[in-house]
Amino acid sequence: MSLVDNAFILICAALVMFMTPGLALFYGGLVRSKNVLATIMQSFVMLGLVSILWAVCGYSLAFGTDIGGVIGGMDFAFLNGVGMTTDGSPADNLPHLTFMIFQCMFAIITPALISGAFAERMKFAGFLVFSALWLLLVYAPMCHWVWGGGWLGQMGALDFAGGAVVHMSSGAAALCCALLIGKRKGHGSTAFIPHNLPMTILGAGILWFGWFGFNAGSALAADGLAANAFVTTHMAAAAAALSWLLAEWMHGGKATTLGAASGAVAGLVAITPAAGFVTPMWAIVIGFGAGIICYGGIMLKNKLGYDDALDVVGIHGVGGTFGALATGVFATIGAEGLIAGNANQLWIQFVSVVATWVFCFAMTFVIFKVVDKTIGLKASEPDEDKGMDIAEHSESAYQW
Amino acid sequence: MKKIEIITRTFKLDEVKTALTEAGVKGMTVSEVKGFGRQGGHKEVYRGAEYQVDFVPKIKIDVVVEDGFAAQVVEAARNAAQTGQVGDGKIFVSSVDEVIRIRTGETGDEAV
Repeated sequence: MSLVDNAFILICAALVMFMTPGLALFYGGLVRSKNVLATIMQSFVMLGLVSILWAVCGYSLAFGTDIGGVIGGMDFAFLNGVGMTTDGSPADNLPHLTFMIFQCMFAIITPALISGAFAERMKFAGFLVFSALWLLLVYAPMCHWVWGGGWLGQMGALDFAGGAVVHMSSGAAALCCALLIGKRKGHGSTAFIPHNLPMTILGAGILWFGWFGFNAGSALAADGLAANAFVTTHMAAAAAALSWLLAEWMHGGKATTLGAASGAVAGLVAITPAAGFVTPMWAIVIGFGAGIICYGGIMLKNKLGYDDALDVVGIHGVGGTFGALATGVFATIGAEGLIAGNANQLWIQFVSVVATWVFCFAMTFVIFKVVDKTIGLKASEPDEDKGMDIAEHSESAYQW
Repeated sequence: MKKIEIITRTFKLDEVKTALTEAGVKGMTVSEVKGFGRQGGHKEVYRGAEYQVDFVPKIKIDVVVEDGFAAQVVEAARNAAQTGQVGDGKIFVSSVDEVIRIRTGETGDEAV
């Protein structure tokens, strides 16, 4: 066991934990004031729900003994055998508990990310059941495939910190949910104007801050690789904030604060799979591309007509996909991508992209349909009018 | 008695208040309101989606004064609020049947 690594990863786990309330603010500011609490709740409650599920069986499904490359066994259920020593730990320099809780924070934020797609119109009870099932049936297998000894990892797919596991998976689920739940009442005729952009900018700042734990911590050691991931993460976010502004400026609008924040998040998403495999200069290139491509990604929904309320598909789906492919192009550290002469890596990345999208979309479809038929997911129109805060939680955010 | 409703630009609130108090107005009620007139609304853009925002934020100042004082108050308010650009707002003057001071029960001009 390395005490230094242990200290570093525990701090990183706390940083990743902080991303979820950061996401709550990021999303909360983007909705109308009558829905801000419900939107914040859909992120914040994951700290409760997912943590418990993770301890009960989620961690074991992801990191238990591999069963056919598809799922982990139940050997670590109820954190059985997950202790203070490195026994059984997938990282032999870290106490098993440290590895488990670091991974737990990733599991928390992933279903929270999806909630942006169905913001302002989802019933809370159905949402809880949907998220619990999604964690166990989509996140845990994805996590196992990539990091837990499953088939994508065995195939050599590169995903340093969760481009596929966290961002593409939530992006694919978001697209499925947005299509199935339908549009918000008044979509196309009412102006859905963000009610508090300073809240959103603060949330983006917290996400950026927490992302250092997410990506640098994914080195699983306090070493040079962590430093590289830290720097690539920062540079990609910086480049993407600027390139998003450039894109919206050249697209006939003005540079907006929401654009700067959205761009930064897009850059953070895109660098996530690549952070430990690319150099800082290539990270700037990836970030610059991400800002422009994700700006295009959010335009998709207007073209195709689905109501992905807070642009989870455009930013996490498109950004995660771009990042996964870019990793196959620009990897030079500990792996070889296209620019190092290894075209096969790009092919493997492509396969992982297709597998992730197909699996996550299909499973989300089934889970959504089952929960919708049994418990119900879409809020009634009168409740949408009232706002989710009053209708689902009997409280309102702002008093006067 | 006359009620004078002044609807004008938000940043003109202090100037109008000063002008009215200097003219001798003893009290007023201020509200934040939204609306549109010839100025129209404006365009807002969020992640590339354009929205036409018709209702522009304005402030409304309500003052009730004695009949003979109304013209002077209107003049003071107009001078203070005017920029000469579209969107300066409007002043409405109407008759008030009765005014009652809650604390003492005084009515009419006494209560204004």
